[in-house]
Amino acid sequence: MLRQASPHSWTGEYAVEAVDLVKDFAEKRAVDGVSLSVPTGSIFGMLGPNGAGKTTTLRMILGIIEPSSGERRVLGCSRPIEAAHRIGYLPEERGLYPAMNAREGIAFMGALRGLPLKLARSRADELLDQNGLGDWAKKPIRTLSKGMAQTVQLLGTLVHEPRLIVLDEPFSGLDAINQGKLERVIRNRAADGVTIIFSTHVIAHAERLCEQIAIIAGGKVAFNGRVDDARARLRPIVRLRTRATDGPWKAALPDSARYEGGDWIFELPQSGPEPLLKALIDGGAGIETLAIERPGLHEAFVAIAGDAAAQAMDQPEEVAP
Amino acid sequence: MRELLRAAFVIARRDFTATVLSRTFLLFLLGPFFPVLMIFVFGAATAPIGSDAERPTVAVVASDQDYKALDQARARLSNALGPVTMINIRQVRPSGDPQQVQKLLQSSQPAYIAVLEGGLSNPRLIGSMRRTSGTVKQINLFVADARRMQEVSQPVEVEVVASKRAPGASVSGRALTARGGQSLLFLLTLLLAGMLLSQLIEEKSNKVIEVLAAAVPIDAIFLGKLLAMLSASLVGIAVWASVGAAAIAIISSTGLSALPVPAVGWPVFGILSIVYFAMSYLLLGAIFLGIGAHASSAREVQTLSMPVTMAQVVIFAIASIAVGTPDSGRALAAAAFPLSSPYVMIARAAEAPEIWPHLVAVAWQLLWVALFLRLASRIFRRSVLKSGPVKRVGTRPFLMTMLAGVGLASRN
Repeated sequence: MLRQASPHSWTGEYAVEAVDLVKDFAEKRAVDGVSLSVPTGSIFGMLGPNGAGKTTTLRMILGIIEPSSGERRVLGCSRPIEAAHRIGYLPEERGLYPAMNAREGIAFMGALRGLPLKLARSRADELLDQNGLGDWAKKPIRTLSKGMAQTVQLLGTLVHEPRLIVLDEPFSGLDAINQGKLERVIRNRAADGVTIIFSTHVIAHAERLCEQIAIIAGGKVAFNGRVDDARARLRPIVRLRTRATDGPWKAALPDSARYEGGDWIFELPQSGPEPLLKALIDGGAGIETLAIERPGLHEAFVAIAGDAAAQAMDQPEEVAP
Repeated sequence: MRELLRAAFVIARRDFTATVLSRTFLLFLLGPFFPVLMIFVFGAATAPIGSDAERPTVAVVASDQDYKALDQARARLSNALGPVTMINIRQVRPSGDPQQVQKLLQSSQPAYIAVLEGGLSNPRLIGSMRRTSGTVKQINLFVADARRMQEVSQPVEVEVVASKRAPGASVSGRALTARGGQSLLFLLTLLLAGMLLSQLIEEKSNKVIEVLAAAVPIDAIFLGKLLAMLSASLVGIAVWASVGAAAIAIISSTGLSALPVPAVGWPVFGILSIVYFAMSYLLLGAIFLGIGAHASSAREVQTLSMPVTMAQVVIFAIASIAVGTPDSGRALAAAAFPLSSPYVMIARAAEAPEIWPHLVAVAWQLLWVALFLRLASRIFRRSVLKSGPVKRVGTRPFLMTMLAGVGLASRN
């Protein structure tokens, strides 16, 4: 149970808190008891395959749809709309008025979030100039390329200088250059103390950007915590190449060790590297190379959410209900 | 409430600007003029062979001799001038009744535009036309030519006496105004409220709706869209009314005064027309917006809005039976029913001079507007973000949504 919230009683420790959020649609339960805590000022990734319930969870957090049960609190407000002026939201399905020009489109989004129109227009001009779109400010959005239109929508999300930015699949549809730009924007805003939540089904993005993640699969939170903690759930991986193909040294390898492309691959035993090394040397393995690798987020994801969820991460994103 | 109104204003401002500054709005404004233009084109083509009954008629209270002279003068001028629309004249023998002229002006069978009395020696034209009107000019020509043929050398000017119709004479005219106002209100409401539907479909298809829903209360989106379209509609009505009034002033020899004056007078009638249009628009628009939120395609919109449109036609029919009897029980019942109330009351404004019933009616309608907005907004909120793959709207889910909107079914 969340404590009764109001903007004035907000401690500021967590930008977003959600407890047991459930959302039932007519035919299925899209979100099943999601609980999250997003520390203020952090970059928080919501990781999961298509249809996992990420978008529905974000929509509930933002108050776009009401949960069937559960509670959430955003920037100290139990009714998220009360914090709307401090929130920026980039939906998964980009929405802009095609006939509006880029400047007015950004200013309109700022005005929706409480910015006076004059100020919103002046900030729109600044943002467009800073992002190399100054010449396109007065052009109708329908004449912009897809990448430009996405940038315009992102600028509209940021124009009112929100304290919480929620980005639903922000990298989808962007080329590598624009993905890099977006990563820089996220890092810069986070450096200013802004809390950023983004959903993605690309693990690499979460691994590069996030301090904290929630892994969502089947409408449930499979993991919620620091990226390092997720990775720490797995033992380091040892890659060993020996000159000897057989010998007493093999007894030092764990039963789960597998041989791939000339390398032995296995989890580092609980006893640590030193006993392993001693046994290999004493057993005459003739160590050619030995690497101890820290598992990546992908491996952690597979371990936490399972192979099926990991494979689903590569599927194209579906429209959330 | 303040934030709700602020957000509604932001949305209304954008929607209004986008609507009014679009090229399609120009076409929208020009649309009603095409049929009018067609009428004029075909009317002009058939004018020379138009029947006598379509021409204005002046009653001539005169002796047989004077009337014969005038009629011959009219025939000569008609032959000389060719296919010019000449006014008709009809003889009425003097009855000695001092009210004869007023009675003739009040007559509807036949309807006289003016009465000429005093014979050829002292002609006086009594009517509500202007001194520079074609009717006055033609009568002057007839009199001058008739006098010339009688070899009366001294010219005489027809004295024009302005008259107003007696109150009793306006009843049929006011009923006409009542029906006209009612029909215009109905057509405008139906036409313009329907625009909301297509606009919302567009909004759902370009996914802006989620951006809006995340930023402002859903009620503000609903209210903003309704107000924007109401404002755009009022712009359209102002343009059409101005052009219509100018056209009447130019075409009609008597200008706007040719129209039967409503009981409350033109200025109040104009204000009430706008108020009742707004009420009617908000009531129907709220229903249409609720429906539009539920539909995923234009086809679904048409399917879902058809019953509402048909119901509205029935309501209009109910409202129209109140014309002519504004104080009858059925008129009061129709005025109490919120959807027909604006139509009944605009008709009443044409027929009865009291203002206070309109104050009561507007307060009553405002109450219902608030209730309708609340209900439709709840349906809108529930339906508008179901933006997944396009699915057919079944009867049951639609009804469940409607029931949930009024709190009679579960929300999930």
